[in-house]
Amino acid sequence: MSSGEIPFWAEILASVLLVSGAAITLIGTCGLLRLKTFYDRVHAPTLGTTLGTVFVVAASMIYFLALGNRFVLHELLIVIFVTVTTPITLLVLVRAAQFRDEFEGERALKEAAKNNHSGREESHERP
Amino acid sequence: MSAVLILSITAAQILLGFAMVPAAYRILWGPRAQDRIIGFDSLYVSAMLLLVTFGIRSGSTLYFEAALIIALIGFVGTMALAKFLLRGEVIE
Repeated sequence: MSSGEIPFWAEILASVLLVSGAAITLIGTCGLLRLKTFYDRVHAPTLGTTLGTVFVVAASMIYFLALGNRFVLHELLIVIFVTVTTPITLLVLVRAAQFRDEFEGERALKEAAKNNHSGREESHERP
Repeated sequence: MSAVLILSITAAQILLGFAMVPAAYRILWGPRAQDRIIGFDSLYVSAMLLLVTFGIRSGSTLYFEAALIIALIGFVGTMALAKFLLRGEVIE
């Protein structure tokens, strides 16, 4: 436990920010279970975790600012880093998923065409 | 530290722990590789927030450093996995 005491409004503010940030993160990751396709699922955790990170880190900043024993601006590093890197992750991941889907779609299409062609040759049905 | 803050920190830790469950489900039973990667991404962000709440509870700087390192290394890992998905299929 920490040694110092902080004012009451700071505790209330930090508590509200902590619980709401954790709840937003939980809602965001519940989207991983509920949504059907990958392109739907990729939005939910990124949105939820970004806002949840901002709230939880703001609670930490308020608590340590009221406690007054530490330089607070370090926590802004986490906020800036998560806010910058999450869209990059989403972009690259969706591009990879789209590439894989297109690749497998092409391959599946070719195989289907080949099977269809050989099947037609066996059964002697010409279009 | 009063009882309100301790209670809310405990509630936030429980909520973040439950937030890890869908991410772990996507890692273990994701239908495809990109589902596993997005599960890993949300899992490390939840772990980082959990470390921030541990830092508030203990009042030390050590947890914050660990959270920052998790954010850095997790981003690098996710980018490497996504790049592998993007390029590994080309060679195949």
